[in-house]
Amino acid sequence: MSASITNPHSIAALSGSPVQPLIGRSSRGRLVLRRFLRHRLSLIGLMCVMLLYALAFLGPLLTPWGYAEQDPTAYLAPPSAQHWFGTTQIGEDVFAQTLRGLQKSLTIGLLVGVISTGIAAVVGTAAGYFGGWVDRILMWVVDLLLVIPSFLIIAILSPAFRGTTWLILVVLLAAFSWMITARIVRGLTLSLREREFVLAARFMGVPPWRIIARHIVPNMASLLIIDATITVGTAILTETGLSFFGFGVQPPDVSLGTLIASGTNSALTFPWLFLFSGGLLALTVLSVNFVGDGLRDALDPTSTRGSRRRVR
Amino acid sequence: MTEPVLAVTDLTVSFPTDHGLLTAVRGLNYQVSAGEVLGIVGESGSGKSVSSMAVMGLLPPQATITGSIRFQGRELLGRSDVELSQIRGRRISMIFQDPLSALTPVYTVGDQVAEALLVHGTLSRQAAGARAVELLNVVGIPDAARRAQAFPHEFSGGMRQRVVIAMAIANDPDLIIADEPTTALDVTVQAQVLQVLATAREITGAGIVLITHDLGVVAGFADRVQVMYAGRTVETGGVDDIFYHPRMPYTRGLLASIPRVDTAQRRTLVPIGGQPPSLVGLGPGCPFAPRCPLVIDQCRSTEPDLAPVSGTHQCACHRAAVEAAPPLVSGVASYNSVSHSRVLLRVEHLVRHYPVRKGTILRRQVGTVRAVDDISFELREQETLGLVGESGCGKTSTLMEILNLTAPAQGRIEVLGTDVSALDRRRRMQLRRDLQVVFQDPIASLDPRLPVFDLLAEPLRAHGVPGAEIRRRVPELLKLVGLSPEHASRYPAEFSGGQRQRIGIGRALALEPKLLVLDEPVSALDVSIQAGVLNLLDELRVRLGLALLFVAHDLAVVRHIADRVAVMYLGKIVEIGPVDAVYTAPQHPYTQALISAIPIPDPAKESARERILLTGDLPSPADVPSGCRFRTRCFRYAALPPGLRSRCEQEEPARQQRGEPEHESACHYAAAHAVL
Ligand code: SF4
Ligand code: SF4
Repeated sequence: MSASITNPHSIAALSGSPVQPLIGRSSRGRLVLRRFLRHRLSLIGLMCVMLLYALAFLGPLLTPWGYAEQDPTAYLAPPSAQHWFGTTQIGEDVFAQTLRGLQKSLTIGLLVGVISTGIAAVVGTAAGYFGGWVDRILMWVVDLLLVIPSFLIIAILSPAFRGTTWLILVVLLAAFSWMITARIVRGLTLSLREREFVLAARFMGVPPWRIIARHIVPNMASLLIIDATITVGTAILTETGLSFFGFGVQPPDVSLGTLIASGTNSALTFPWLFLFSGGLLALTVLSVNFVGDGLRDALDPTSTRGSRRRVR
Repeated sequence: MTEPVLAVTDLTVSFPTDHGLLTAVRGLNYQVSAGEVLGIVGESGSGKSVSSMAVMGLLPPQATITGSIRFQGRELLGRSDVELSQIRGRRISMIFQDPLSALTPVYTVGDQVAEALLVHGTLSRQAAGARAVELLNVVGIPDAARRAQAFPHEFSGGMRQRVVIAMAIANDPDLIIADEPTTALDVTVQAQVLQVLATAREITGAGIVLITHDLGVVAGFADRVQVMYAGRTVETGGVDDIFYHPRMPYTRGLLASIPRVDTAQRRTLVPIGGQPPSLVGLGPGCPFAPRCPLVIDQCRSTEPDLAPVSGTHQCACHRAAVEAAPPLVSGVASYNSVSHSRVLLRVEHLVRHYPVRKGTILRRQVGTVRAVDDISFELREQETLGLVGESGCGKTSTLMEILNLTAPAQGRIEVLGTDVSALDRRRRMQLRRDLQVVFQDPIASLDPRLPVFDLLAEPLRAHGVPGAEIRRRVPELLKLVGLSPEHASRYPAEFSGGQRQRIGIGRALALEPKLLVLDEPVSALDVSIQAGVLNLLDELRVRLGLALLFVAHDLAVVRHIADRVAVMYLGKIVEIGPVDAVYTAPQHPYTQALISAIPIPDPAKESARERILLTGDLPSPADVPSGCRFRTRCFRYAALPPGLRSRCEQEEPARQQRGEPEHESACHYAAAHAVL
């Protein structure tokens, strides 16, 4: 019961004033929303994501060039009034291409981020919480997927899927990026499961899945959110790899991933080939990061950001 | 008067925090002479630990320290760490609450004690080793020469604290600072460790600063007492002054708020209302004013200074002259009559063994931990049964078996007349409504990510109570446990410990259970807060007609709240009976030792009473002694003529009724012996 000073929490406890009454009662959903909306950076991030979407779908209306159209008068031309982002080796308009790429990559990135983290959360928590044979089977699957090179499976599967919708791409990308997170989630669940508040919920008669959804997942929200934001970035880039197998985006169609991959070599000599697609990718990841930050702080009541004090 | 070993003058310590400057210690003065024990008492956040850290020079660099700390006439403040470490360890040593963190896990205990000698002394390595064994002997480590070769994790908590004391006295210090040295230990072990500390004082003649929240420990051990509140001394004086003539309302409040083992009559505790103040931006006036029953206008404008009351007794209160204590004893709660009611919970021959396995591939079983070994008891309607015992006695395992509502490996558990092994999923769910639990640690048992409304609504939702009903019920529950309905949208972290425990209790009561299981519900709370929670429980059980199964290690708390008490030792109930019978005429030697080890906050009684010190530690539940399992520590067995001993060694004593009706004990040579 002695307050040790090396521990920052005890200092906070010393300074913590007794609770003042606050009018109005709201449950978690509304509180989290309120805290999220108070977080300025995350709102900016959210707006950026929306603006990017708007740019991706409305932007092509601003330029006369189509993404596959070639301008024989301009090969590898730097940005100009004609071609805002310059042109490629074969005279395609980089602006049109970048926006075309953005259209798909945005959705692919966000969906893969959410889906793969979702799978990781479900599998990891189920394995950790239920234990026993559920744990053994799920972890066996995880290990199997980890040791078998994913590209090999994709290569085998590719004939079956060739030419179908790009959503398959999302599914495949998600299917191969959740395993490590699932293992981490399982570890966290194992320790959370023993915590008293989980025991308390169990003894109250709360069913297992509800315990997982209400107590276990929110308590590892930081990890999941960070994981999802990282996956958004990586998914956009790995998508390129899949196009070798005939998935994803085939020329002359483009994605941010393919643009970046082809532009990297000439990044120093013809920077416009790389800069714009790379910049948009960075912007996407950054805004998603901000949104994630805000969500994390909103879910974590001990975080001081997003609490009343910040608001003037 | 000789020069004091340590003189602290006008000590102020503050830390910068996000919320502003936090002043943890505000103008503290004290002195300790050689051979004297000064007890510093206070709740968490009173600055008692911070001030001793300042003396040791162990505060983080961002702390601002002003004033003066003179050790044997030399000023310590402002000295460099190198200079301080010359004094620290050699002239001043410190004993912390947690002995495990004070010892390095990778060195043997003997080496660590020798190390302490070598750092400062001029001894040779060989001599240091020999002296280390000697020291371990002094602090009562049996077979010291051999045990010196062991590593800290092979020691029990009490033994580790002894090692720490051995290190502390290794260099014959002039001052020992003990910061809650026994808080983490069981009562019987606490008694042993205090004994060792007393020996240490005799040997070294050092002054001791004993920092604790437990008034009982101070009463038996200290010469002078200093009560701290909000970073200042509010009352100081000899033990008798403080315990028999307290003047400061806070001291009086503390003394009135602790349950005592030696009071038969169940008095209502007097909690100190409110919370300790925030130490950030403390206003003018007496910091205790918001909680003080004697407050007058002057208190709110000027802070009182320490002023002499009589002799060395000093007190910081504008109304120190008011002799009459505020009305403290405000009624006597009644015991429940237990004879006619129906049985809510029946446990028969419950056994819980855990296999101990070794190896990673073959995992063969190498032994059995007998956590719960054939226990039986019953709990009747509206009755409170206290289940007491030291850590590792199996009380928590027993609780978990009951709460799981699944068939135990052996034995029978019957809840509300239903055998739990016959339950299907739906019936089990229904039964959970009537059986709810409150955990020890309100911080751990409330999901930090859920606001209070959802916490309280959770059991209701789980049992399909409609939303409108939940919105009506939650404010009602908050009021029931003494919180305000406006608190519903706060997160648990914004509440103090006592308030959080109230939330925990409110949650347990949401479904209007008949049977409430409480696992050490007040042991994590400060004394002045504890009383409020205990009163709440007391009130609720009468008002709602609850039956309580109250698990605790603190016998004073159990005596206060329970109708009947069961004492557990190593997975067995050794004595069970009505509270008064068990406390006034305990029959089992273990119960007698347990009760005698509890410190009583009354210096005269404390020094006059008989203390039964148990030898040794709790045996491991994986290796239970044959016959009577208490044999290895039993003083009655040790006093028996050899002819009679064999019975204890061979035959496990069965529980038998002796003395009053319902008072049963499991000892071949049981005899009532009053120890209070
Ligand atoms: S100074 Fe006033 S408020 Fe403070 S303890 Fe004394 S009577 Fe109470
Ligand atoms: S049975 Fe023997 S060893 Fe056991 S408690 Fe009684 S006297 Fe002691």
